[in-house]
Amino acid sequence: MTGHVPSATAGTEDVVAVVVLLTEFAMLRAPLLRSQVRLYALQSLAVSVLAVVVAATRHEADVYALAGLSFALKVVIVPSVMTRLLRDVEVDLAGSAKLGVASSTLVALGVSVFGFFAIGSLHVHSSLLPSTTLAVASAVVLVAFVLIVLRSDVVSQAMGFFSLENGVSIASLVVAAGLPLVVETTFLFDLLVAVVAFGIIMRVHHGRSKTLSTDELDRLRG
Amino acid sequence: MGAVLVVLVVLPFLVGALSYAVPVAASKVLAPVSGAAAFALSIALVPSVVSRGHVTAGSELRVDALSVVFLLATSFLYFATAVFSAGYLHLGRDAAGTRYGRRFYAGLNVFCWAMLAAPLVSDLALLWVAIEVTTVVSALLVAIDGTQSATEAAWKYILIASMGLGIALLATILLYYAGTSVFGAGYELSYVKMLAGAHRFPAPVMRLTFVLAVLGYGTKMGLVPVHTWLPDAHSEAPSPISALLSGALLATSFYAILRYFQVTAAATGSTFPRNVLLVFGLASLALAALYLLRQRDMKRMLAYSSVEHMGILAIGMSFGVTLAFVGVLLHVLAHAAAKGTAFFGAGSVVAKFGTKDMAALRGGVGALPWSGSMLVAAVLALSALPPFGLFRSEFLIVSGGLSDPRYGVAAVLVGLAMVSFLGLSWSTTQTMLTAGPADPEAAAVGVAAGRVATGGSRAVTKGEVSPWIVVAMALGIAALLLLGVHVPADLSRLLDHAAHELGSRR
Repeated sequence: MTGHVPSATAGTEDVVAVVVLLTEFAMLRAPLLRSQVRLYALQSLAVSVLAVVVAATRHEADVYALAGLSFALKVVIVPSVMTRLLRDVEVDLAGSAKLGVASSTLVALGVSVFGFFAIGSLHVHSSLLPSTTLAVASAVVLVAFVLIVLRSDVVSQAMGFFSLENGVSIASLVVAAGLPLVVETTFLFDLLVAVVAFGIIMRVHHGRSKTLSTDELDRLRG
Repeated sequence: MGAVLVVLVVLPFLVGALSYAVPVAASKVLAPVSGAAAFALSIALVPSVVSRGHVTAGSELRVDALSVVFLLATSFLYFATAVFSAGYLHLGRDAAGTRYGRRFYAGLNVFCWAMLAAPLVSDLALLWVAIEVTTVVSALLVAIDGTQSATEAAWKYILIASMGLGIALLATILLYYAGTSVFGAGYELSYVKMLAGAHRFPAPVMRLTFVLAVLGYGTKMGLVPVHTWLPDAHSEAPSPISALLSGALLATSFYAILRYFQVTAAATGSTFPRNVLLVFGLASLALAALYLLRQRDMKRMLAYSSVEHMGILAIGMSFGVTLAFVGVLLHVLAHAAAKGTAFFGAGSVVAKFGTKDMAALRGGVGALPWSGSMLVAAVLALSALPPFGLFRSEFLIVSGGLSDPRYGVAAVLVGLAMVSFLGLSWSTTQTMLTAGPADPEAAAVGVAAGRVATGGSRAVTKGEVSPWIVVAMALGIAALLLLGVHVPADLSRLLDHAAHELGSRR
């Protein structure tokens, strides 16, 4: 624990968080599923960088280990699992989005502004923790929701969920860097298990309906 | 007693791992034994928790009266479901049957392990992890049949529940954020510690935390408007999994909400969290009651009944008096027994008639004299008819509401519960108790004992699907009667302790 965090490092954290938010917007408009997976890898890389920054500035040695784990899992394993799935199913274009690129970007802008100011309006000024990064993180989470809602194929929706998790990771890095390493590692392990389960269900879906689109998944209602 | 916690958190997982390796015939025995052991160990915890307040093992495992209530509900259903599965699964001796059986039993045990681990851990971050594991495992179990609709249900379930849990994780982190103002930047997120420091947490952060926690864990609990995965997953999963989802998983998520309720009530006073739960509870109860009136699919009907009961739990918490809290916790136990039994019965009926459409299930009691009648009994129990446990618990909740006093809410609760009662009991008795149209003599005299009814054009022979199904359902009915007629003294003390842990205004 270092007590007061100098404003310069808080600035670095904010910059990285904004990079994550920007990649989230890029994912929202990426038409190719492969490019969406690449953008996710890039976003995860930014999150791992943030972990290194946090570890260096707050002298939390644990967090270096976390950065390594998060790099291995989110930059290497998850994208390669998804790429292999895409190669096997030979589908490349994302399913039609429910809104055009411009409209969905506007919606995403709206919700991210909302998220940013909603956290800002809490008026919690802690000397230990940067509220701005938390606000950006909540904007990432909300844009991920927009992505999941507006895309109608299983890969985009899964990538949306994984990037939602990236948004929560930023929040947890800046707010809860002091969480015990065992807990943080369990979070990551959990994500790994979730990725496997998502992958299995996606394959089953593709095996049955020969498509990645969710348009077929509308039989259960009432 | 600490060793009991360790065994509870290790045994089901080991059995799950073992089930993947040993022949399915061995798993059929292992799972009920493990379930019975878990239930016995949970019962063994009751006296020491009542006398000493809590039991701990190491720094991460801790149970108090509240946790033990949920352990009892989950372990009972683990046991009953394992017994039911032995009769329900008709696995061929070929490779496909073996593969299915191994996956099923490994999943069943690991699913129960995660649900048992949730109330055992004291760290709220680990609680989140346990609940996320339940999502992943149960989504795979929902998809296990591999049909188009099972895949659809599993996809909706894993996506919506994971998004909900993403919000719950945000709530966990915000709670940590609130705690840093008291404990500094590095500490463990145990609920004991949070409760001790909560009065100094910033109130706006705690309010946001609670809303996010209810929204996040409420997604898994099936609160309206984030319940949308629930009817699909419950109806498309194999019946043993439906029973666990409805009776134990929803309760486990409710447990998480109760922990946030405790901390938030300590930080901001209980009015705010009670009002949040009131809104979600009323919405759930109202929507579920309306859907119950027009539901024609047996398992979807039971799923909406779960939404209804989760709404009743949330409303019960909103009354904020000890009487209502005791009712809520008793309701958790009774709902587990009733919904488990009902889904077992639905599984039996579906296996017999080959459909879930209630119009085709005419003459169910005639064809299945034991499981059919116990299914009707379980549905009547779910409608809160005496002498079953849910009557007692809903009575306590409503009395709590009248003493709060929130006459309006209590009246709405009773009114909507009546509507659900109508929907549930009308459609069930209409189909199960009437004779099949192809048998005019039976139709004329009603269902006489021993007469075989037929469903639609399909001839159905009389006789149970399996004795194990009857045994599992009898376990549930016995528990419901016990909770309704005479609550054991130790259990009654446990519920009182747990209700006091939830706090109250008087």
